[in-house]
Amino acid sequence: MGATHLPSTEFDQTAADDQLEAEAEAQLGSPAEPMVQLLAPDGTLGTDPVFSAYADRLDGEKLRGFYADMAKIRRFDVEATALQRQGQLALWVPLTGQEAAQIGSGRASQPQDYIFPTYREHGVALTRNVDLAELLRQFRGVSNGGWNPKDTNFHLYTLVLAAQTPHAVGYAMGIQRDQKLAAAAVAADAAADRPVEPKAAVMVYFGDGASSEGDVHESMVFAASYNAPVVFFCQNNHWAISVPSSVQTRIPLSNRAKGYGFPGIRVDGNDAIAVHAVTEWALEHAREGKGPVLIEAFTYRVGAHTTADDPTKYRESAEETLWRAKDPLDRLEKYLRAQKLADDAFFDQVKADGDELAAYVRKTTYDLETPDIRTAFANTYVEAHPLVAEELAWFEEYSAGFAETPEHSAEPSSPDPDDAATGVAR
Amino acid sequence: MTTMTIAKAINEGLRATLDNNPRALLMGEDIGALGGVYRVTDGLLAEFGADRVVDTPLAESGIIGTAIGLALRGYLPVCEIQFDGFVFPGFNQITTQLAKMHARSNGSLTVPVVVRIPYGGGIGSIEHHSESPEALFAHTAGLRIITPSNAHDAYWMTRQAVECQDPVIVFEPKRRYWLKGEVDSDSPGASADPFKAHVLREGTDATVVAYGPLVPVALAAADAAAEDGHSIEVIDLRSISPIDFDTVTASAKKTGRLVVAHEAPTFGGIGGEIAARISERVFHSLEAPVIRVGGFHMPYPVAKVEEDYLPDIDRILEALERSLAY
Repeated sequence: MGATHLPSTEFDQTAADDQLEAEAEAQLGSPAEPMVQLLAPDGTLGTDPVFSAYADRLDGEKLRGFYADMAKIRRFDVEATALQRQGQLALWVPLTGQEAAQIGSGRASQPQDYIFPTYREHGVALTRNVDLAELLRQFRGVSNGGWNPKDTNFHLYTLVLAAQTPHAVGYAMGIQRDQKLAAAAVAADAAADRPVEPKAAVMVYFGDGASSEGDVHESMVFAASYNAPVVFFCQNNHWAISVPSSVQTRIPLSNRAKGYGFPGIRVDGNDAIAVHAVTEWALEHAREGKGPVLIEAFTYRVGAHTTADDPTKYRESAEETLWRAKDPLDRLEKYLRAQKLADDAFFDQVKADGDELAAYVRKTTYDLETPDIRTAFANTYVEAHPLVAEELAWFEEYSAGFAETPEHSAEPSSPDPDDAATGVAR
Repeated sequence: MTTMTIAKAINEGLRATLDNNPRALLMGEDIGALGGVYRVTDGLLAEFGADRVVDTPLAESGIIGTAIGLALRGYLPVCEIQFDGFVFPGFNQITTQLAKMHARSNGSLTVPVVVRIPYGGGIGSIEHHSESPEALFAHTAGLRIITPSNAHDAYWMTRQAVECQDPVIVFEPKRRYWLKGEVDSDSPGASADPFKAHVLREGTDATVVAYGPLVPVALAAADAAAEDGHSIEVIDLRSISPIDFDTVTASAKKTGRLVVAHEAPTFGGIGGEIAARISERVFHSLEAPVIRVGGFHMPYPVAKVEEDYLPDIDRILEALERSLAY
């Protein structure tokens, strides 16, 4: 399959790719990491010596919740794309195809954990209880953030690729120090009755494209050096806009963890159960002080990079078809139905909930207020700043000049022209 | 009052910072057992331990990036960049992340990170060890930039930078690290506001504005000019962002002549910004155009010719001569 003029990718199973993989394995001296998969595309549940135990923690309610979340965020994605097409959003970054990677991992996090997303983690945002309408503020051009990360421990989207990865490691280093300070406080005052803070970890998202950025490397070096409680969650969706993942890496990305000295796991990113199991394991590993973990969720960006992108320019639709057959929602639906964990009524309700969310998001988007530029003056610095104050004063005076006035009055003359000058660049 | 070098004053400022705030910590390359390549952090590892005086991997973006994460968790990181020319791997983190975090979070997040950078030439060093990149940072909103010229300011600016809730870059004049001065660690006195310029010497004929390593040069030039009968006012700018334009304006209005001197290249530099602002504010009071003294538009030259590059007493006197000739 695949046109010869198109770059081959790791997953299209051509002879060339098999050879590439074999060469990589030969160089490594060991086989590539196997991929953890529990729920096969046909909806049958397999086993794994380590991670089945984690999957066993999931009951019908949780699995239905995974499905409902995935369906909800996919419906949201459709609505946001439509809003962009209708000119209501400047840009949209679709996630379709990556629902299991995001919901599975996000649902494995605990409230005390802190999450650093890139800019496509709408599904993770849902699991962190971020109001999805707030997510659209950035894409409507009314905010560069949109939510207060302290409310949900879900950081702002970061658009400079991989720049958030060292932030995550630093945050994790802060958690380590907090634990020591808390322990010291207890030691100093054993009699005091203190609530025990739950152990926390940090999870940071990035993609196969961003994995080439130096910040990912530096972050992994720092994380390993200080044994920081951080999980690096890489969604390998196979395309960095138009460049396939084979240009970013010649080995499975999860194998890179070996070079830094911590575990790396490749998981089927379209298998919500496996993603959840692996992430839960990794976060527990980190919270327990055993150090960082790299997870590579092997998935696929079914749609465009953004609404400004055109995938027909660089990849075959046959490839998309191949991946649609591995759809994360379909396989969980098959499993839920086969196990009699969900019926038509459940799926009808999920669809109705999705439409309700879509209507809410649409209405809220229309209602998003355009901010006053004065808020930008106010938020550039925390503390008072003379230049900002001077420019704001000029802006107020300038703006006032557009107010309706009955007649232009002559400026009062000043004995010394330099006394009247404000000196602000106009 | 204690007499100490600028390097020692910064060391004492860092010590006081670590003493006063359990959430303050130092990060950088070789700042632990070695005490930094300039020994500015000498003894602090032994005193405060490896969690608070952190020898980092050799990665500037990682240093600034992890400092941002620590600040988000409520810590007060003070990063040391080993040399001016090595800040650029961290430039992305400083300009796209550190400077913008408060604004892009609509004011909900603060990142009070301090970045200490030894800067400037005159030490006969090799490539990338003598640069003055302050204008590149001054152009970025969200950052504050200060630079001490004496030991007392070095002590207090270090402490004030950490206390400031905005990110602050402290450019330390490395060729003045061993310059001694009186430090009053009980009170900042006139140095209570690190963002205010100081008039170091009053004069009536012309004003010289300088900062960091060129302040002693400007004072010496004023001494030399006095021998020729010219009364020169000297201002230590102290803060590069924000700039205390009020103090400079008042002086320019009084003397009518202004020379701005810095080691950084003149083109696109702080001197140009001061010249433009002062021309706008007190154009009618100026007897001469604002004249800039600075480095040339070239990569910092090799050590054997840096004397021809760096503004010295004669370069400032020549500029004053041109100004006074109008």
